[in-house]
Amino acid sequence: MSSRAPWRGQLGAVVWLVLIWNLLFGEFTVGNVLGGLAVAALVLVVFPLPAVAFSGRLRPLPLLRFAARFVVDLVSASAQVAWSALRFGREPRSAVIAVPLRVPTDLNLTLTAEALSLVPGSLIVEVDREAGTLYVHVLDVRARADVERARAQVLALEARIVRATGSAEEVRLVQAASTDRGVAR
Amino acid sequence: MTGVADVLSAVCLITGALLSLIAAIGLVRFPDVLSRMHAATKPQVLGLLLILAGIGFRLRTGADITTLLLIAVFQLATAPVAAHMVGRAAYRSELVRRDLLLLDEAAEAADGGRDPAARLG
Repeated sequence: MSSRAPWRGQLGAVVWLVLIWNLLFGEFTVGNVLGGLAVAALVLVVFPLPAVAFSGRLRPLPLLRFAARFVVDLVSASAQVAWSALRFGREPRSAVIAVPLRVPTDLNLTLTAEALSLVPGSLIVEVDREAGTLYVHVLDVRARADVERARAQVLALEARIVRATGSAEEVRLVQAASTDRGVAR
Repeated sequence: MTGVADVLSAVCLITGALLSLIAAIGLVRFPDVLSRMHAATKPQVLGLLLILAGIGFRLRTGADITTLLLIAVFQLATAPVAAHMVGRAAYRSELVRRDLLLLDEAAEAADGGRDPAARLG
């Protein structure tokens, strides 16, 4: 919301809170909308939050691609962790890896960390906000190759999120980085 | 049509319940706190989503489905935060089985004077 008027963010928050209030009651009525408005106003006055800097824009197609991939990852991650839980005889080894994100904004850091925590065997143990680095605990790591694959997966996830929500410049940043890596290998 | 929805509902409910059971088994069997958080966040989230979908296919009314959607959204938004807070607390208080870690780049960064814990306070 950096380039736009601050009240735009507030308005979005009010609409979102009224929507949730109505969903909680399960139906849209005049009373629920008025009650939702009252609650939204109270929440925004009592718990003011700093504005989220959002310089990009939402792109429907990459957003859809991210969502589809997220569901696939969620299912495969669940199967993988379930298999590790049921297998006998071997304790799963793991690793803590550092992944410096290419777009170190608060929003991207948060979205990537959230999505990452829900998918393939990964857990955020530490976040370095200044450097934009995520420290990720990866389950079931056997060799150095697994570590590098996990790192590449995190960066690919970040790229999908940036393509869906980032500004044109940020998208260029992740695209340039992924072609660099392609040349290096 | 009703029959199809009921079968879908049954499949979702049973798969969801199984995943939640496996998550519980993983919680008991995994060797340390960090590994256990994986079991607590992964199969359980998908398990709950499947159970919600199963209930949705069975109830088939607008008001119930919106409530189920809300539960799903809040689960997806809060589960990672809870897992991260527990994982971070465990890592910072050294409740980590170092012998199970293939490598630890957070500790390496700390040794190199870039201690993420110290920087964040």
